[in-house]
Amino acid sequence: MDALGLNHYLLLSALLFGIGVIGVLIRRNAIMVLMCLELIFNAANINLVAVSRFRPDLAGQIFTIFTITVAAAEVVIGLGLVIAMFRNALTVNVDEIHLLKG
Amino acid sequence: MELIAFYIISAVVVLGAILMVSSRNMVHAVVYMVVSFIAVGALFILLQAEFVAAVQILVYAGGIVVLFLFVVMLVNLGDVHRVEYLHKQWLPASVMMLVLTAEIGFLLWGDAAALPAAPERTDAVLRAVDHGNTETIGQMLYTDYLLPFEIASLLLLVAMIGGIYLAKKRV
Amino acid sequence: MLEYFWLIPLIPLVGVTINGLFASRFIRNENVTGIIASGCMLLAFLIGAGAFVQLAGLPVAERNVQIELYDWLDAGVAHMHDNEAGVTTARFRVSFGFQFDELSALMVLVVTGVGFLIHVYAIGYMKHDPPDPGYYRFFTYMNLFAAFMLILVLGSSYAMMFIGWEGVGLCSYLLIGYYYQKKSAGDAAKKAFVVNRIGDAGFLLGLFAIFFTFGTLDYDGVFAGAAHYSAGAGVLTFITMMLLVGAVGKSAQIPLFVWLPDAMEGPTPVSALIHAATMVTAGVYMIVRSNVLFSLAPTTMMVVAAIGALTALFAASIAMVQNDIKRVLAYSTVSQLGYMILACGVGAYAVGIFHLMTHAFFKALLFMAAGSVMHALHGELDMWKMGNLRKTMPITHKTFLVGTLAIVGVPGLAGFFSKDEILWNAWAGTHGSAWLWAVGTLVAGMTAFYMTRMLLLTFYGNSRMDEHTEQHVHESPPVMTYPLIVLAILSVIGGYVGIPANLQLGPLAALHERIDITRWLEPVTSGTRAQEAPGTGDEEHTAAVAAAPLQIVGAIGEPVTVVLQEERSEQAGHQDHTAMEWTLMLISTAVALAGIGLAYRVYAGGGVADEPFKRFAAPYRVLWNKYWVDEAYDAVFVNRIKDLGRGLWVLDDALVDGTVNGIANATLQAANASVEFDTRVIDGSVDGGAGVFWSGSRVLRALQSGYVQNYALIISVGVFVLVSAYLFF
Repeated sequence: MDALGLNHYLLLSALLFGIGVIGVLIRRNAIMVLMCLELIFNAANINLVAVSRFRPDLAGQIFTIFTITVAAAEVVIGLGLVIAMFRNALTVNVDEIHLLKG
Repeated sequence: MELIAFYIISAVVVLGAILMVSSRNMVHAVVYMVVSFIAVGALFILLQAEFVAAVQILVYAGGIVVLFLFVVMLVNLGDVHRVEYLHKQWLPASVMMLVLTAEIGFLLWGDAAALPAAPERTDAVLRAVDHGNTETIGQMLYTDYLLPFEIASLLLLVAMIGGIYLAKKRV
Repeated sequence: MLEYFWLIPLIPLVGVTINGLFASRFIRNENVTGIIASGCMLLAFLIGAGAFVQLAGLPVAERNVQIELYDWLDAGVAHMHDNEAGVTTARFRVSFGFQFDELSALMVLVVTGVGFLIHVYAIGYMKHDPPDPGYYRFFTYMNLFAAFMLILVLGSSYAMMFIGWEGVGLCSYLLIGYYYQKKSAGDAAKKAFVVNRIGDAGFLLGLFAIFFTFGTLDYDGVFAGAAHYSAGAGVLTFITMMLLVGAVGKSAQIPLFVWLPDAMEGPTPVSALIHAATMVTAGVYMIVRSNVLFSLAPTTMMVVAAIGALTALFAASIAMVQNDIKRVLAYSTVSQLGYMILACGVGAYAVGIFHLMTHAFFKALLFMAAGSVMHALHGELDMWKMGNLRKTMPITHKTFLVGTLAIVGVPGLAGFFSKDEILWNAWAGTHGSAWLWAVGTLVAGMTAFYMTRMLLLTFYGNSRMDEHTEQHVHESPPVMTYPLIVLAILSVIGGYVGIPANLQLGPLAALHERIDITRWLEPVTSGTRAQEAPGTGDEEHTAAVAAAPLQIVGAIGEPVTVVLQEERSEQAGHQDHTAMEWTLMLISTAVALAGIGLAYRVYAGGGVADEPFKRFAAPYRVLWNKYWVDEAYDAVFVNRIKDLGRGLWVLDDALVDGTVNGIANATLQAANASVEFDTRVIDGSVDGGAGVFWSGSRVLRALQSGYVQNYALIISVGVFVLVSAYLFF
């Protein structure tokens, strides 16, 4: 691999995605889980922008902007939920909340 | 040259991410996250997406990170070194995800030949005009993507109201 | 007005927005809410009426106005197998478009007109003391219901119809379960939803098959494409059968009628809306709309007619012995819907719509009058605890009487004309037969019987109410009685838009010259316009279709069948025709009068219970228990599914959990043993392995843990398995 190709970016994105998912799966802290979700969003963004560069089609960058918007909204709601959860359960550890237990 | 820049930047991205996931201290984690996100912004510049890079820095490194810091301090849990910070399923989960990432990487690397090579400046290809990236995106955003754009603004409004409602007293 | 017809479904949505978002917080006034909701319906009705008048002013060929609001779905090119012509391509493209033609116009008038009256009535009916906190919710759902029904009838493609189709299903669920604190209401709502879902699945399959065959979902394109098929083509039979499943679910026919009688758990205006103006008419509308396809599938037509006739008979027989006033009306609706489906099945689509319209008038009237009775009697539903209400509730009594006479088919009222047309077509229609006519006539007699029985028990004879109730009996407020009066007038005059051939004498003939529903619907129901219309599908697709040699045969075959139909009706026309029609009309009227007479003899005294029936104990019990259909469904389907669920749970508990625990224990013990034997050699690896298994088994055991991260892990495992499978196989 001599030239910088699309696969480089896709690989990086896959790696970032993997790290993000691991974080979501193993961290107990809800805030941390949300941060790892941001990593996953970023992995998706890298994919979109890279493909938009190599196809080439600017729509990918437009989509990235929308993704960032959605991510911002998601963080607001997620953190609001964390605060509500902390206020009610006095913990932000996801594995201590199991109201959905069947 | 580009390749070297890419390797350096992606090393920062990945390192920041790994440090973030593994750090016990929440404030440290947020700082690592900022580093990683800024590096992703640099990658966007490398990809000739200047506007998205700016948005990335402004929204992520500027807005979202501050939001995280606020909440981290709001729900300050005292001494973080005493408590277990990993979920019980950490070992199988990590192993499985690492294998999965390796598999995806293997698949991508195998298909590398099928992927398109980098063309010249993308904007010029798309529009005959020799405008900058930001101007072209702006034009697209306010013409072809006007409805999604408006819907996105509505989404932000809803999120704002929802955030205020959730963070109010007594929910 | 005509260019603004697309506003019709949107106006009730405005009402939904206002009442749904602001009423309970900011408006806080029940009257305002009711007026907003009714006002939206009235506005929609006025626009619809204006558009209707303008449409009638156009030449026949132009009476089809279409508008595309925007491209809704555009999913690229798909490969189609088309008419033995080989593989062609078609673009899956659905536009959010509306269509206003004769059929849509008529349906819009029925839905908005009757819907408006029901809304007005509901303002009074839903007002309680203390106020019902769900009042705003109720009107929001009612408007939403009307909006979806209007989308259903105005849509210009099957995809649009499907939106409305699902929407009315949802709204019926919400409204039937309006009293959600009551378990029976919740159960009825779920039942309606699930049973409808079965029908919807069939409808959806039909849509897939339509797109697969014609390459488009637009009515114009589909019907133009259908012209290339000869009658009896297998694929058309399949499509129409699937559409029929949908219609059976929505219009409450055998075997999916069970939800409708339970639907009366909702407030009475809801029953009126579901039974008269919206929802159940959707199935009939869909069959009439697809008449081009159905006419080309004679096998399906036979099934349609048989289902219609059987349902009419079946439901009418049940209605004869029920004691619950709303339940009788519910089974009566099922039975009348059977009539409409029967009319469609014999090829008399316009007559089906005619009966749909008159039925909307008198069934809404009957339901609302019954609701008025309930209102006065504190929710009493048992007819044996009523009686002699004609003095205390004069308006309700008179309007109910008109409704009864109309549905029974007393000459001169709405039901007489439409029912007679159905019976005549069942005898002489394209697919008609003497059997269908006989069943229909029998049902007419049974209808007369149970309706008279209900009328006598409720309004005549001696009062059987307890004293407390009797003191409080009162006539309903004007806001409830005026809609009843309007509907009563409509129930009288509504039939004169479709005067049968043998009665076209003197002034009636002149009226017939001016107004005739069959002639009005002719361009839609004969399918002629559909074949003239250019295909709106993909250009390539149309070209490919036109090039196929087989279609020339189909195109020739099609006019031939049309001519045959015309010949047949020509032959049947005039002399024989008139004499025969007179005979049949007299027979059915006589049967109806006999039914009335029988009921009068049995129940006129008032106090007698169903005594005379007790002599026929066995049939009585069968009818009383509604043929045990619900119980049978419970035994055959519902309980089996429950058993399956229980079995899976036991399996999960015993087998999966047991295995997992066993593995965990075994591994632990193995690990312990290893530690003891080879502490130094393979200590780390075994510990690690045991740990992985142990934590893995904990995760598996905790499948239903409620911990969100467990669920996330399970999702990741799924991704992992898929990627691995892709990689290695």
